[in-house]
Amino acid sequence: MNVLLQHVAHCRSGDKGNTSNIVVIAYDEAMYPHLKAQLTAERFKAFYDGTVKGPVERYTIDHLWCMNFVCQGALGGGVSRSLCLDNYGKTLSAGILGFELEIPEGLRGRLRGMRSGEP
Amino acid sequence: MTRPTLRIGGGSAWWGDRVEPAALNAEKGDLDYLCFETMAEATISAAQVRARRDPGFPGYDTYLDDRMRAVLPHCLKRGTKIISNQGWINPEGAAQRIVHWLREFGARRVKVAAVSGGLITDRVLQLTDRILENGQPTATLQSNLVSAEVYLGAEPIVEALQQGAHIVVSGRVADPSIFMAPMMYEFGWNALDHVRLGAGNGLGHLMECGAQVTGGYFADPGFKDVPEPWNFGFPIAEVEPDGSAVLTKVAGTGGAVTLQTVKEQMLYEVHDPANYLTPDVVVDFTTTQLEQIGPDRVRVTKISGKPRTPTLKVSIGCAEGFIGEDMFFYAGPGALRRAQLAKRILEERFKIVKLDAEEVRIDFLGVNAIHGEMSPKDRPEPYEVAVRVAARTRTREEAIKVGREVDGMAVSGVGMTGKRVPHQDRTREIIGVWSSLVPREKITPSLSFYES
Repeated sequence: MNVLLQHVAHCRSGDKGNTSNIVVIAYDEAMYPHLKAQLTAERFKAFYDGTVKGPVERYTIDHLWCMNFVCQGALGGGVSRSLCLDNYGKTLSAGILGFELEIPEGLRGRLRGMRSGEP
Repeated sequence: MTRPTLRIGGGSAWWGDRVEPAALNAEKGDLDYLCFETMAEATISAAQVRARRDPGFPGYDTYLDDRMRAVLPHCLKRGTKIISNQGWINPEGAAQRIVHWLREFGARRVKVAAVSGGLITDRVLQLTDRILENGQPTATLQSNLVSAEVYLGAEPIVEALQQGAHIVVSGRVADPSIFMAPMMYEFGWNALDHVRLGAGNGLGHLMECGAQVTGGYFADPGFKDVPEPWNFGFPIAEVEPDGSAVLTKVAGTGGAVTLQTVKEQMLYEVHDPANYLTPDVVVDFTTTQLEQIGPDRVRVTKISGKPRTPTLKVSIGCAEGFIGEDMFFYAGPGALRRAQLAKRILEERFKIVKLDAEEVRIDFLGVNAIHGEMSPKDRPEPYEVAVRVAARTRTREEAIKVGREVDGMAVSGVGMTGKRVPHQDRTREIIGVWSSLVPREKITPSLSFYES
């Protein structure tokens, strides 16, 4: 089944200079391998196309079900120079909640925030 | 017998943070230490600019009085020591102001230390070589240089405590070091003991953003629900001599301390989690073990460390021009098409007034003003849209043109435009921040002591 990432993982972004780091953490151990296999640095970069202008590097801490995406060129030249309303990129992490993942049907019961009738 | 632990509480995560939870931590946290972090990357440079223009600006945290009035009576009663970076560009002034408040509260013979020595504006170009962000020589920053400061580590704070300070107020110190200094002092950790310092600085990083680790930056209804999000408690670490700790908060406060809140904070503003550089130690978070041992109690162990680097980070603030910005808005059916015409009009007007800008951005808030180009193009039209205009310019005169042309939209633009009467300056100065490295041995922190 296809689900949005928001049902599988939670996120937070942080800023340093012109780089935003976006942390993606699985809610559940069983979800993490699927997240890790599908949310590669390449697909992450493609998802943020145009907004993240530089390279994206991925770091993982498997036993904590965490991935850290370090995105260069994501903050309009840096917090103080950026013309973006959200110059710290605080909301950037929320974008990835809309990434589509394929999850085995058997894990349906472990999804967060599912309402009846939602795919 | 429970083993001896050191209780360290958070008092602020940034300059604008709330004061009430700090007071609550001081009153009910049974704290040995209360620690305040009040700076962002550009705080020092912004303070320098303000000090030049406003001779009455004392150069320390503008909320110093509010914070000290709120916490000092409780801290004095409990014997809680205070570590704070509220000194900004004038730690000595901040220390003297704290002495004033101590006397107001009837406390005598309380020792306050000021830590300075990190400001190196006058010699940064001699001490540094390359800009980390772009590889250019730091000399290229000479003409626009506003301020340069080194990120000091925990050592000068520890020294102030060893000399009997009850309150230590500093300028720029790396955020986690503020929280680790009490651990080094109380447990006698050596400054080169990278195993314990790794654990301690990792804990400091978990604490430095205040309520971000206690549920304050976490709630997402239906997905991540947080109890009483109007009533957050700031964090408390119960630290053991080996650098293990339990993270918690005052009972009865809202928020939550869970594996999830701790994980989110652990990687906040971290790049390579195996190599988080601080002045004191290189922290490795990849070995961390987290365990929920009770409600709002997470045990943190096995954060590790590697020897510190031979250099310290320098933050260099430069005057880089101005930003002019403003907003106006549309609502109802067709809001977006009117906003789009407004954008076209502004683009033409900026040509007419010969706006000389490095970059201009005209976005539709409600559509693409926050996430920019990645924003989906296939969404239904919003009922309300704001047009948000911003330009980066070399001079303030050019930046002012943005607001002036938005003014023009009031009666010379599009039907049914909503606009505020300008009630504040719509330009601001840009203090660009660059980084470089300075050999550690070139920097000598200095201490001064005051007594109430």
